[in-house]
Amino acid sequence: MQVVRSHQSHRSFSSSSGSVSASPTLPLYRSAPELEVRLEDFESFAIDRLRVLKGISDGLSRGKKPDEMEKLVNELWKTNMRHQDSSQVLNKDIISHFVLRLVYCRTEELRKWFLSMESALFRHRFRNQTAEAQRAIMEEFDLPCKAVSNAEFESLKEKLGQVARSIGHNLSLSTTDAIYYKVPFEEVPELVTGRKVFINQGYAYVAMNQVVSLVATIFRSLLSKALILTNRKWATSIREQEQHRLTPIVEALCSSYLGPDFSQPKEYGEISLKDIDQVAKSSFPLCMRHLFEKLREDHHLKHAGRMQLGLFLKGVGLNVDDSLAFWREEFSKKVGLEKFEKEYAYNIRHNYGKEGKKTDYTPYSCQKIILSTPGVGDHHGCPYRHFGEENLRAALSRMGVNSRAMEDVMGKVRNRDYQLACTLTFEALHAAPCDAGINHPNQYFSDSQRLLKAKKDSST
Amino acid sequence: MTRQGAYKESDDMLIDEPKLPQQGQIAALPNEFNPSYLKIYYSKLFPHADLYRWMSYGNDGKHPACDSSYLGRREFSYTLDNDIFVRYNTFNSATELENSIKDKCPLKIDIGPIYNLNPARRNAYAGDNVLTPVERELIFDIDMSDYDDVRYCCSGADVCLNCWPLMTVAVKVIDTSLRDDFGFRHILWVYSGRRGVHCWVCDRKARRLTNEQRAAVADYFRVYKGNENNYKKVSLMGQVLHPFLARSYTEVLKEYFETKLLTSQNLLSSEERYEKILEMIPDQSIASELRGKWQESRRSSSAKEDINIVRWEQLKQLLQKHKAQVVRRCVEEIVFTYTFPRLDMEVSKHMNHLLKAPFCVHPKTGRVCVPINPNNCEEFDPTTVPTLIQLLEELNREGLRSDVEGEWNKTSLANAIKLFRSSFLQPLLKICKEEMESSYNAKLQQSKNLLSW
Repeated sequence: MQVVRSHQSHRSFSSSSGSVSASPTLPLYRSAPELEVRLEDFESFAIDRLRVLKGISDGLSRGKKPDEMEKLVNELWKTNMRHQDSSQVLNKDIISHFVLRLVYCRTEELRKWFLSMESALFRHRFRNQTAEAQRAIMEEFDLPCKAVSNAEFESLKEKLGQVARSIGHNLSLSTTDAIYYKVPFEEVPELVTGRKVFINQGYAYVAMNQVVSLVATIFRSLLSKALILTNRKWATSIREQEQHRLTPIVEALCSSYLGPDFSQPKEYGEISLKDIDQVAKSSFPLCMRHLFEKLREDHHLKHAGRMQLGLFLKGVGLNVDDSLAFWREEFSKKVGLEKFEKEYAYNIRHNYGKEGKKTDYTPYSCQKIILSTPGVGDHHGCPYRHFGEENLRAALSRMGVNSRAMEDVMGKVRNRDYQLACTLTFEALHAAPCDAGINHPNQYFSDSQRLLKAKKDSST
Repeated sequence: MTRQGAYKESDDMLIDEPKLPQQGQIAALPNEFNPSYLKIYYSKLFPHADLYRWMSYGNDGKHPACDSSYLGRREFSYTLDNDIFVRYNTFNSATELENSIKDKCPLKIDIGPIYNLNPARRNAYAGDNVLTPVERELIFDIDMSDYDDVRYCCSGADVCLNCWPLMTVAVKVIDTSLRDDFGFRHILWVYSGRRGVHCWVCDRKARRLTNEQRAAVADYFRVYKGNENNYKKVSLMGQVLHPFLARSYTEVLKEYFETKLLTSQNLLSSEERYEKILEMIPDQSIASELRGKWQESRRSSSAKEDINIVRWEQLKQLLQKHKAQVVRRCVEEIVFTYTFPRLDMEVSKHMNHLLKAPFCVHPKTGRVCVPINPNNCEEFDPTTVPTLIQLLEELNREGLRSDVEGEWNKTSLANAIKLFRSSFLQPLLKICKEEMESSYNAKLQQSKNLLSW
């Protein structure tokens, strides 16, 4: 794969290289393609695919059932992996996969995650392929699968039917159901284990719908090996060679937050200072509520806390003047007006891009907040992660979380699914589902406000 | 190992020099294991050469395809006196193997896997996990103590002819499946010496299975999922049974349950026992109907027909005509609970698991771990398996009569060794030789093809 500057046009591979993909729509990613990629596509394609993978990850950790996952995967793929030029769709698929290999090959944990998500993705996409395409893919994978001849099928039909019925599939007499593959039993341990196949003389008779399992296992093991090789190449040559071009992109990609950045709130002045206490109670996520309460209590917050809360408030719609007034009101109670102007006001204006290099800072995402490390005297960070169990329970019950939801939330916390814990809190407090999950404190806020406004509108 | 029982004068001689017990004292000596008897056993009876030939899998020949490092990469472990356990013993020839056993006189010999390199040299290599198993027979271990919740005649280490049929069932069910379903052919069943059986599947394909594949096979055989916390340990779902389970039921389980175990274990004769079965019935009304019937009939016992059989018929009658399949299926579930094989999953799953070698002597019973013929396993009687003392007595009796085959041929061990050879070792070695030759010829042909360019 060759990465080129944007002014160079990119040409696609000739479709005669059928060896790239056994199926016209589902590549197997066996080897890096002979393609040229524009630098910005390098990053944007990867981000789009990452949205799909993260969506899958989220769906799985929420325990979605297989048919729900099927729908989710289809939607995610359709939404994110489009391309205005339909002939480029396959390219985008292939390129994005290989870029993400670079990103996710670098540690054991990253590899494990990537492997799981790509395998799940592949499994779902394979299921939706035509029988022709599926057969072609199996051949590509050197599956020692032989189609069962009609004669043999007839002689085994009863037993095959028994197996199907024993696992809850009804073997109808339609031609597709009559397609069975014969494969040495050791190739399909997962099917042997649950007695999901008929085994005779060392061969397992695999139904078409079970073939998916087979293929997915092979895909996974091939990708696993490839990732190790990629990691080696990355560590020994690529990272060094590309340190000024691709490496920074690759390194930033895996920790990227992919949602809206709330740096430009739609309506400034959405929050007025006099409402802020009430709004904090009703719509702030726990992390911001805590900072807010501590600020009211101590009339002070340390730097990291000021950044986390301050940027959040900016995202919420507090303009720079209101923000200054807000912080001044609190801090002057502790340090006095003069000191506030001298030492703190500058920073606040800085956050709004009114000073210094004038970068408009973006409010922190959950990921960033979770990764922070609050020390003594700090109140920033993610309470689901950084609070002890007792304190967290107390804080949640002060927010109004009932005891049953509390247990669910604590369960997620124990599992280190902090964002899911926050999502469950949101759902408990608003008595409404939050399917997308909480990824950003400002998202929590705007979703909350939207729900409350809708309730108010419907009741009037 | 301390010897129990009274100290006898004649034993003085045994301490210095292993000698056979004298004729007159046979009756006086307790029929138990004695480490010094082992020395005689290993020197005259243990089939060293057979073990060597088996473990070599044909690599002990002169054929160019033979791998001379093969045997040396196999681990053997010894349990010595005073509970000393020595791992990673390796041998490179028949004489090394034989001399080591005769010299060390292990109370127990375990066979481990074949590693990628000679385990004796494992410390010469830097890094962790350098030693990895590359071949190992597919093995199964079935232990009677895993059936304690369904047998009343014995418990724990004991075994008798009333509960031994459970082992017979296990051998039949698993052996049939290994052959018919999995296509394996070189299967050795061995009595474990006390309360169970071991199975060694030695086909080349079996030896090369990964841990995951072994776990899959073991799991295929798993039906009983019990612990103290659930009263119902067998749950057979699905509209119909998987053909493997159905065949096991109709060919083995049903018959053994109804004609043997029901009566020999008195499964329905007392309240405590029949309650365990009634607990498994999902329909409370049927359970209480049966309970009522049986509590009454306790007083009027008709000695004509066995009470267990009568009650089982009553139970079946009520359950089998129920409209809910989950209730009808209960009959099979009860039979499976009381009869279906229970394997030790851990033994089968891991390539590096050690297993006792056949023809060892069990230290607690003195019995030799002899092979069991699966084709007539119903005739196997654990109470008549030759013991060490018995064999030594026989040797003593036969005295100086020489035998071309070996000393063992004068004793009860003869049948065991002949069975081992004819039904297992010879067919196995024949196939090994054929496979070796054909793969060698194939490679030759391949290189010829390349060279012909």
